[in-house]
Amino acid sequence: MAELNISERQAGDVTVLDMSGKITIGEGSVALRTAIRRLLEEGKKRILLNLAGVGYIDSSGIGELVSSYTAIGKENGQLKLLNLTQKLQDLLTITKLLTVFDVYESEAEALNSFK
Amino acid sequence: MTVEKTELSLPSRIETVAAAAAAVAEFVSRSGVSDDAAFGIDMAVREAVTNAVVHGNRQDEGKVVDITLKSSPDAVEISVHDQGPGFNPSDVPDPTAAENILKTSGRGIFFMRSFMDEVDWLIRPEGGTTVRMLKRR
Repeated sequence: MAELNISERQAGDVTVLDMSGKITIGEGSVALRTAIRRLLEEGKKRILLNLAGVGYIDSSGIGELVSSYTAIGKENGQLKLLNLTQKLQDLLTITKLLTVFDVYESEAEALNSFK
Repeated sequence: MTVEKTELSLPSRIETVAAAAAAVAEFVSRSGVSDDAAFGIDMAVREAVTNAVVHGNRQDEGKVVDITLKSSPDAVEISVHDQGPGFNPSDVPDPTAAENILKTSGRGIFFMRSFMDEVDWLIRPEGGTTVRMLKRR
């Protein structure tokens, strides 16, 4: 099984990536980077990462989230996060990244925020 | 409880990070620490081994990463040794400083210090760097 599984769906003009597994150095981080690059190439710049199934992330994975955030921002797009596990929320808190990312617990609320 | 010790020697490639984490998880589970402590040790070990493989040994498969695990009634101690040139931990910028928050790397040592009770580095005169990390029970 892949370290990180990513499935894509469209909700209006927002692309939702449902992710499960680990975002860690190597395969997981590369899978996220590849998915975001592909979406940007397709002109999909409003992206919501549903991280409900991501039970583990390391500093490389956090770096990849930051890299995705800045890459999408440069294209005048928006990246938002949905359904953080408690562990991921704790990591984003101690790294002060919770002040950078737009984070939601409700998908409807997250989708509305793109409007 | 007696002191238990395990030693591992692993190749310098990215896959070693997960292999080391699995071996440490098994050791930690035998040594009976709390779930929270086990999570912190897992995070710290992955970061320490990543640093050893990527920054220390620069993924040179001719070099190895040596890991020593010790469990005592008071603490679990993990040492990760690489064959790299060494570095000064105080030169590593604070990743939570405003100017560094959006950097895509540089959080590994911060996580090690956040999740372990003691972290120190020894630059060996014969070459290589050892990071020693302690988690008290």
